[in-house]
Amino acid sequence: MIAEAGLIALWLAFALALLQLTLAGFGLAGGKPELLGSVRPVAVAQGVLVGIAFALLITLFLRSDMSVALVVTNSHSMKPWLYKFAGTWGNHEGSMLLWVTVMGVAGAAVALFERALRRDTHMATLGGQAAISLGFYAFLLFSSNPFARVDPPAPDGQGLNPLLQDPGLAFHPPTLYLGYVGLSVAFSFAIGALLTRRVDAAFARAMRPWVLAAWVLLTLGITAGSYWAYYELGWGGWWFWDPVENASLMPWLAATALLHSVTVLATRDALRAWTVMLAVIAFSMSMVGTFLVRSGILTSVHAFAVDPERGTFILVLLGFYIGGALALFGWRVGAVREGAPFELVSRETMLVVNNLLLSVILGLVLIGTLYPLMTEAFGHKVSVGAPYFDRIAGPVALILMLVMAAGPLTRWRRDKLGLVARRLLVPGAIALLVAVVLATVAWGRIGVLPLLGLTVALSVGAASVAPLWKRNLRRTPLFTWGMVIAHLGCAVSLAGMACDSAFTVEKLAAVRVGDTVQAGDWKLRLLQISPIAGDNWTALQADMEAVRGGGRAVTLHPQSRFFASPATATTEAALLTRWNGQLYVVLGQEAEDGRWQLRIWWKPFVTLIWLGGVMIALGGALALVGRERRGWLLKWRGRALA
Amino acid sequence: MKRLLIWLPLAIFLGFFALFASGLLKPDDRVITSKLVGKTLPAFSLPAAASDRPGLASTELATGKPRLLNIFASWCLPCAAEAPQLMALAQQGVNIDAIAIRDARADVDRFLARYGNPYARIGLDARSNVQIALGSSGVPESFVIDGKGRIVYQHVGDIRADDVPMILQRLKDAQ
Repeated sequence: MIAEAGLIALWLAFALALLQLTLAGFGLAGGKPELLGSVRPVAVAQGVLVGIAFALLITLFLRSDMSVALVVTNSHSMKPWLYKFAGTWGNHEGSMLLWVTVMGVAGAAVALFERALRRDTHMATLGGQAAISLGFYAFLLFSSNPFARVDPPAPDGQGLNPLLQDPGLAFHPPTLYLGYVGLSVAFSFAIGALLTRRVDAAFARAMRPWVLAAWVLLTLGITAGSYWAYYELGWGGWWFWDPVENASLMPWLAATALLHSVTVLATRDALRAWTVMLAVIAFSMSMVGTFLVRSGILTSVHAFAVDPERGTFILVLLGFYIGGALALFGWRVGAVREGAPFELVSRETMLVVNNLLLSVILGLVLIGTLYPLMTEAFGHKVSVGAPYFDRIAGPVALILMLVMAAGPLTRWRRDKLGLVARRLLVPGAIALLVAVVLATVAWGRIGVLPLLGLTVALSVGAASVAPLWKRNLRRTPLFTWGMVIAHLGCAVSLAGMACDSAFTVEKLAAVRVGDTVQAGDWKLRLLQISPIAGDNWTALQADMEAVRGGGRAVTLHPQSRFFASPATATTEAALLTRWNGQLYVVLGQEAEDGRWQLRIWWKPFVTLIWLGGVMIALGGALALVGRERRGWLLKWRGRALA
Repeated sequence: MKRLLIWLPLAIFLGFFALFASGLLKPDDRVITSKLVGKTLPAFSLPAAASDRPGLASTELATGKPRLLNIFASWCLPCAAEAPQLMALAQQGVNIDAIAIRDARADVDRFLARYGNPYARIGLDARSNVQIALGSSGVPESFVIDGKGRIVYQHVGDIRADDVPMILQRLKDAQ
């Protein structure tokens, strides 16, 4: 019954989305404004229903209902409950249901909480959100029904990809999706504003919190995903430029650009058309990413649901929504008058440069990701790997970081180059000092890019806290703190990346039990290898002892695991975190002569990468709370005065 | 100029759309064509991997008649699944030689006793050196060799029952 109830809830949500679009359409353009009153309740009901459908699918997974096809193919009764839970979205149908759930719930939230937007734009936005949801509902109901039954019920499930049996999977995809799909709200806002021709500062102020919220979640999701890949895949890398990773990075780049341009629009009423364009592009990138991953036209380690028929369906949706939005943009944006002009040396210019550089990186990543497809269209087969992305996108990102250092220290409207340069004196001096020290100490031992990276990271770190200089810290607004922390987070993350690529020590060794290996400052001894058993796996576990200098010995337990259902082996790296880095140990195979392969990395300051990511998200959250709280305070004061 | 610029994003997107559509509609081409097809076998000479069969050298594969060279290992499950097809081929008069990868003689003997022995000669490639030289990335794999010791066809993965007629045809074509 649960599966049928879920399917009914999904159909009802689909019907309500259709109703929502119709009501908004006739209310705005059909001369029946009285219909508009029902749009918001319908949007809320739609969100609730799709939420129920998703909760029911989770229930089916938790109860291991083996009469449901999706549970059979993706779960197993022996699996720990957390992975049964996470199994709900560890597959194509479930993750698409999560997708529409996020869209429905986000739409309901816009209906309930958006108060700043003009009423007609608000209604058009809700209509837009319903229109996008409709396509994805149709996709689920007609091509990927998650509630389909099997008859007779299977005796047990076929398990779940063991790589996905990790606590990280319970949190990273939903967070990522919340951000990824949350950007649909910005898309709908843009559609709404284009339809009502009201692109102005008030519109930007209304849109900003939604963009911020989605961006914060996207940042957290990418950070968590990167850490998951780092410790679970056992390669010691933290970013692989895999199409799926790029698919999450591209919306993030567009959303980051949007976040900054929307601020220009909100404060100075400039960059109107550009901001609308970015809002369209951000969610378009989410959709393109989903298409690339699900259609199987690019091969990827993440591709768990490759199906050309589904690919065709998503491609049609893609053409309809993105093509439609861009056509609407072309048709309507001529009517949007350009906003206020600004001087060449100003915060606005800095933000425009930021936007241009982010767009360039976005373009480079997009081209790199699609290049294999482009050449294949002409009969050649190539693959584009990390070296392309590192070498091409890396330098642009470094320039972007420099602009990020200067931007917050430049005044709105008009500034003087000399004054900006003077404010950058201290960070500049730090950069020079670091560069000189690094160049003398480590020239030739570390690459040029890591060296530049460290230099830029330290100077940008100094520059990003400079806006707090000589300010009363307790009276500094929360959103200024947010900006400072987010920018500092970028510097921290960059420092981690540069340290990792410059100073990592890698050691491959074949050792017998009792042998000692040296990796960097660490001495590791293999004490014993013993079999152990978990819930649904068995493993060979190494007991190792690690000592640094004269310190105390710490034990490490790298494993190689074997899962019964489906039969697969994974490596569980052992991680030892210290304030100045991480020791990363992977247990390999046993050689014929009784020696065990070990891969050991000492990665100085690698944790800064993810610490920086969390700081960026925290900064965004502070900015969000700061702006919203200010709105509440103003409203409260207004009421008190009245 | 500005009017054109406004429509540029749509134009770019349509380009991508066409690219995606062509990528989707194009027939799938997942067959890996081996770079070694048409080339002479690399020179090698391997010790015996089983107690009742001699070892294998590359010179012994250029005998004027086409042969099948099977790469297997006793620890490999798909190789066991492939064994009946190889037995069937051997019964139809196909000459099959083998290279056992990273194996031990006792294990190979056990494997052959259990799944049958279709092989004339079996060489032991303890360190995968020959396997790498052959451009083989895993077990099982099979090579059709013509009478002059040239590789005519590389079959990646196990030979399934419905692959057998195709393998026979390849051997016939190699005469």
